[in-house]
Amino acid sequence: MALDRWIALVLLSIFIVYGYTAWFTMDGGLAPFMRRNPIWPSTFPKVLSILGIAASIIILFGLEKSEEKIGEIDHRRLGDYFLGQAVLLLGLMVVYALCLRPLGFLFSSSAFLIIGSFILGERKWHIMISVALIATASVWYLVQEVLGIFLRPLPMFMGV
Amino acid sequence: MLEGILIGLQTALSLQNLLVVIGGCLIGTFIGMLPGLGPMSIIAIMIPVAITMGDPSAALILLAGVYYGAIFGGSTSSILLNAPGVAGTVASSFDGYPMARQGKAGKALTIAAIASFAGGTIGAILLMIFAPMLSSVALLFHSAEYFALMVVGLSAIAAFAGPGQVTKALLMTVLGLIMATVGEGALFNLPRFTAGIMDLQSGFGFITLAMAIFALPEAIFLVLKPKNLGDDGGEIKDLRITRAEARAIAPVIGRQSIQGFFIGVLPGAGATIASFLGYAVERNIAPKHEQGEFGKGSIKGLAAPETANNAACTGSFVPLLTLGIPGSGTTAILLGALIALNVTPGPRLMVDEPQIFWAVIMSMFIGNLVLLILNLPLIPYIAKLLAIPRKFLIPFILFFTLMGAYIGQNNATELLMLVGFGIFGIALKFANYPLPPLLIGFILGGMMEDNFSRSMQLYGGVSFILERPMTFGLLVIAACLIIVPVLRTRLAK
Repeated sequence: MALDRWIALVLLSIFIVYGYTAWFTMDGGLAPFMRRNPIWPSTFPKVLSILGIAASIIILFGLEKSEEKIGEIDHRRLGDYFLGQAVLLLGLMVVYALCLRPLGFLFSSSAFLIIGSFILGERKWHIMISVALIATASVWYLVQEVLGIFLRPLPMFMGV
Repeated sequence: MLEGILIGLQTALSLQNLLVVIGGCLIGTFIGMLPGLGPMSIIAIMIPVAITMGDPSAALILLAGVYYGAIFGGSTSSILLNAPGVAGTVASSFDGYPMARQGKAGKALTIAAIASFAGGTIGAILLMIFAPMLSSVALLFHSAEYFALMVVGLSAIAAFAGPGQVTKALLMTVLGLIMATVGEGALFNLPRFTAGIMDLQSGFGFITLAMAIFALPEAIFLVLKPKNLGDDGGEIKDLRITRAEARAIAPVIGRQSIQGFFIGVLPGAGATIASFLGYAVERNIAPKHEQGEFGKGSIKGLAAPETANNAACTGSFVPLLTLGIPGSGTTAILLGALIALNVTPGPRLMVDEPQIFWAVIMSMFIGNLVLLILNLPLIPYIAKLLAIPRKFLIPFILFFTLMGAYIGQNNATELLMLVGFGIFGIALKFANYPLPPLLIGFILGGMMEDNFSRSMQLYGGVSFILERPMTFGLLVIAACLIIVPVLRTRLAK
């Protein structure tokens, strides 16, 4: 089965769960005065669930004729591309998300930029470190000091 | 009117106000480039500065400069990095980013600057002529018409779908609409589809979704298949537009200035709908051989949304200045600034304080002109961003993607959602699903449900569709937008 149909199948199951929630569970706790309204919080989702299920089925069963097009990258030959680097960068983003608060903005962001460049093959440490430090400090200064949006600069244990 | 124009010019052209507008444009452009900081947040940040200036005219001139600068700055990140920071510049990335990848970043930014200038300037002329008259027309639009207008906007997805792709585009639109229903809606004040997760109470963040389905997959594709941005040939610093290109975009700019302005006049419609509709209309009326270029780096596809969103921004001043009703988030903040400066916008503004009314309009002209003069020489340097080696550029794109999502919500969970949606976006891109309809559905979903619900409550059901001729007419147009491409494909076979 082609990837677009697999995605249609996944979306179909999401829409079925969504539709089930809208049709059968959402209205139970509705206040009596809201029941007299012509529109309920579930009305719009009910319509959308039907549209979503119908569109997914059309794609899943190939009812709309279309030629299979290979995009910019052929997903069936992922091994031919730099898959490892891409996966590592996505993993690095997850680690950054988890470390941003405990380790503080300055440390985690500098580390993200340095490790990101390292994953992509850069080995000029003096450039990597200086670029990362300057960029991180500038962004922090702009966001926190100029725009007034709080970004914890240092690790949590330092109490800042 | 001539007297008013002279009063406005006298105020706006003083040395102090010229410096203020230049400063405002520069601040707006540079901060606007950061994904996550749209015109609304930048103007909000600048309000204390504007209020301390004391002079209402100078304050408004500063805010107008910041506003236009921020819109241009937002387009820059859309075009160069495929990272639209605000909804109004999403459509600019459809053709702007492919142009940048083809080594035409300088040209793309020049077209964006010229189209923005023309859209803003023509919009300001229309504002001068039609403002009092249009305020009464805008009031004819009720929630039913707004709902129908949103349906037209969503049906314009047909513009993004290639042959045999209509259902995929529809599926993506519905998915976007469904995602917009997650969280507490404004009308019902009840959490929906949150599965008890606190972080979902306020729904998914627009910036998170925009970054996840545009910027992140693009950056990961550049990792999978290495190549430096903008190295497909051409000279990225080259700003020149040929005579043939200028001739091609001139009618687009003319049409979209007018269409964008009139859409902007409608309170709530704004730059986002104007830019999507502008793109869709231009694609549909383009000659058949040019339609295929849309989405692949068409100059018309870039000029249309850039003109329309700027003209719509100017149009959104009509209800603000003539009725005192803010038509968008940005004008709502400007209204707050006006009130803080002891100026009450409304029907009496033009009579009681003409110097302010006309100074605002003149500052639009000057702001647009200053922006063009300032930015054209800067474009080669901005475009050179793409010449940074990918080993440095890609981590920076990912970093700014993360920052955009984080600054918007100040919540680390948002970053995990960004990665999750990003992986889903990559899978969708592999399977050739069109991604813009997903974001369009998400952006318009909330507004659409609110207007649909209000109409249902007012009419006690769906009878508003037949009882309001304008609603019915717009829904017929929407149906045609869906059906025509399907029929065209079938007939072609």
